[in-house]
Amino acid sequence: MSARADVISSAPTGPESRPHAISRFFSAQNQYLAPLLITLILVAGNLSFGLLESFSKTALAIATSMLVEIALSLLVHRKFPHLASAYITGISVGILVRSPAFWPYVLCSAIAITSKYVIRWRGRHLWNPSNFAISAMLLLLPEYVATLSIQWGNSVWPMLIVWVLGAIIVYRVKRFHITATYVTCFIALSFIRSLITGHSFLAEVAPITGPMYQLFIFFMITDPKTTVKQRWAQCLVAALVAVAEMILRLAENIHAPYYALSIVGPIAVAIEIYLNGKRRRPAASAAFSSAVIR
Amino acid sequence: MKTGRLFATIFFLALLAAPIVYKRVLVHRQTPKPGADQDTTALSSYGFRLHEAAKVSGINFRHKSPKLDPKLDHIMEQIASMGAAVSVVDFDRDGWDDIYVTNSGEGTHNALYRNMHDGTFRDVAPEVGLADVNSRETGVSMGAVWGDYDNDGYEDVFLYKWGRPELYHNDGGRHFTRVSNQTGLPPWANANTAIWFDYDRDGKLDLFFGGYYPEDVNLWNLKNTRMMPESFEYAQNGGRKYLLHNLGNGKFEEVSAKLGIQSRRWALASVAADLRHTGYPDLFIANDYGVSELYLNQKGVRFHEAGKETGVGYAPKSGMTASVGDILNQGRYGIFVTNISEEGVLVQGNNLWMPHPGSTGDALKFENVANAMGVELGGWSFGGQFGDLNNDGFLDLYQVNGNISLDPDHSYWYDYSKVAGGNRAIISDAANWPPIKGRSLSGYQQKRVWINDGSGQFKEVSQLVGVTDRFDGRSVALADFGNTGELNAVVANQKGPVLLYKNHVDPQNKWIEFSLTGLSSNRSAIGAEVEVFWNGQQQIQEVSGGSGFCSQNQRRLHFGLGKVTAVDRVTIHWPSGREQELKSPELNKIYKIEEPV
Repeated sequence: MSARADVISSAPTGPESRPHAISRFFSAQNQYLAPLLITLILVAGNLSFGLLESFSKTALAIATSMLVEIALSLLVHRKFPHLASAYITGISVGILVRSPAFWPYVLCSAIAITSKYVIRWRGRHLWNPSNFAISAMLLLLPEYVATLSIQWGNSVWPMLIVWVLGAIIVYRVKRFHITATYVTCFIALSFIRSLITGHSFLAEVAPITGPMYQLFIFFMITDPKTTVKQRWAQCLVAALVAVAEMILRLAENIHAPYYALSIVGPIAVAIEIYLNGKRRRPAASAAFSSAVIR
Repeated sequence: MKTGRLFATIFFLALLAAPIVYKRVLVHRQTPKPGADQDTTALSSYGFRLHEAAKVSGINFRHKSPKLDPKLDHIMEQIASMGAAVSVVDFDRDGWDDIYVTNSGEGTHNALYRNMHDGTFRDVAPEVGLADVNSRETGVSMGAVWGDYDNDGYEDVFLYKWGRPELYHNDGGRHFTRVSNQTGLPPWANANTAIWFDYDRDGKLDLFFGGYYPEDVNLWNLKNTRMMPESFEYAQNGGRKYLLHNLGNGKFEEVSAKLGIQSRRWALASVAADLRHTGYPDLFIANDYGVSELYLNQKGVRFHEAGKETGVGYAPKSGMTASVGDILNQGRYGIFVTNISEEGVLVQGNNLWMPHPGSTGDALKFENVANAMGVELGGWSFGGQFGDLNNDGFLDLYQVNGNISLDPDHSYWYDYSKVAGGNRAIISDAANWPPIKGRSLSGYQQKRVWINDGSGQFKEVSQLVGVTDRFDGRSVALADFGNTGELNAVVANQKGPVLLYKNHVDPQNKWIEFSLTGLSSNRSAIGAEVEVFWNGQQQIQEVSGGSGFCSQNQRRLHFGLGKVTAVDRVTIHWPSGREQELKSPELNKIYKIEEPV
């Protein structure tokens, strides 16, 4: 089964129950919502601050993701895939990967999409694809690849816009509690880190003010395909990711959030799969699977 | 289905294995064959061999950093990480290039190494009045550029500092007189770049210099700690720029705002060259914490900032050098800008801006080809200079690097990146920066010597040709100190020794050099261009009033020619507009040419 082929809409279809168009647009059932908003953020950020390494590199990442998705879906499932998921994987690679060369964008996108088809257990893939691929690139090719680690501009406005838009999206798709849990834990753990390291609280909390974290907390850790299903468990996993990140940060690991998610995320999913067997996931959650960084 | 999944698995494993295989192949290719004699290999394979010979040549100089305001103690190594600079000048007009190096510790001395014509140098700075220039009260040296601002035939020196900028008049090659107060220089500027150029072609050298920290910041007596860049990529709270127009009576008029130069980006390097063949020099500025700027010269009456129009003003990085060179022997200049590359942390990559084919004049466009040409990964890169190191007819590139080399086992990068990615309220306050505590930040790096194969590819050969030091390189200048047609490299290292890499070039490769003297043009001939045509090739070079990072190459222009028997012709374009042509000049000869009146 492809990553998107199993998306089932649970939205009522009768005219009397059809929600208002605007409400429907900002709903969990709109699988184009996140791709559209991420694209808008991307274009605005790049036009204003040169956010991207280059448009061509991001386009290359998106094209690679889509092509690999099509090829593997036809090969493995014999059907044409929905491409929203691959589009978001590509765009996330385009934003988060930093390299002066073109080929890392191709390689990272290809690894991300392929991982969905290969690293699976009982019908689910364990890792968030882009998180897995970026972590793999950072481990295997540190000479050529880094990640987005700087600001978008001097102004506070772009950051506020991203926070507001991101919050709206995750709220509408019922994932805000994950983001809120992680942010709360990060800030609290920043204080603890500050006590341990002796560095100022502002220095410890500084990373979360950067764009990489904004993408991470809104569009990566909320991926329903690779998060557990119970609301309380989702909060617990978000908190554990923050704790794992703190441990990695105390060990001065620069890529702590990526590695923390790539360690905690699959373990949590594996435990859930083991405990719950092959229970199907709630449809609403599945519908959101295209609305996250994958 | 099963076959499809099997194929997907194989494909996945191949993708993960690809980087490992790629790196192994790369390492295998770059490892020199054991047992081979390095001198012989370097000469036969690359056409040259460098030997470090500073001490035996009489150069025994070690740079010291300043001790700034105690409020910066926790990150002192990071703040006080510049100031080692080198510039080449023939200050006494004996026909042999000399070396001026700066120091930055309070009370330390700069050195002026006079070329003794026998391969050795002697420091004469104390006796000519250029040594004792660093103090807490007047600031410490960041670099020096030489130019004959009063056209008396002797090269004067502008010394830029974190502190009071100084202009010293050269009194006949015997002594230097401080003339700063008479000339209209500002009382204080935290400058890290300066160049001489005649932007309006009136025959008198003008001076550009650019601030790094704002000019109202006294780094020894801070009002507060909010003096850091407001952003790692978009900072515009740095020092102002100065363009001093030479009035010709020993005075200068500050005209930067009037002519359109009002940036407050954190300038670290600048270079002037006639990029559009208009006859007027354009001004390129490489900025730290932001994009580069290109000021197009509007016939000497105004500058138009065209970074975005020309393509060089996108993708903010950490610009630290600016050098120009006709890399592909096309009669057009490329611009090399160094940035930061640190494995897995920050891979900005250097920029090599090449003019887009077909784009000319005001429609000039540049394209970054550093990746394609193989010069993008240079570490925490500082100074870089073009020069034909092996005289094969193509400009090579010498680049130094390494930021802070302290404890080799502990890195400051994690803490550095933590704050660098933060909002400006956090990053701009030095108090928020975690203490460095003796850790390194991109230290002990391998230098880069890239040789140009002429077809658009550079090959890194530093370890193979003898450049093996791991000091924190800042500034590099290239010069033919022996008048033998061989470009040597002199390197200034932060808190380290000055190195002199003497060059031994395959004698089968020919060369020619031009030492120009302006008469209608400025006496230093800065801005004059020489085009050499030989064997179906051409190369253009411009006399420079400063390039690289806090450095200045020899004034004389050096052309490698490869294994040829003759040069067809040489054309000289003087800043005054005059043109001069030499037919069939001799090979392996230094031509001393005065501008025809």
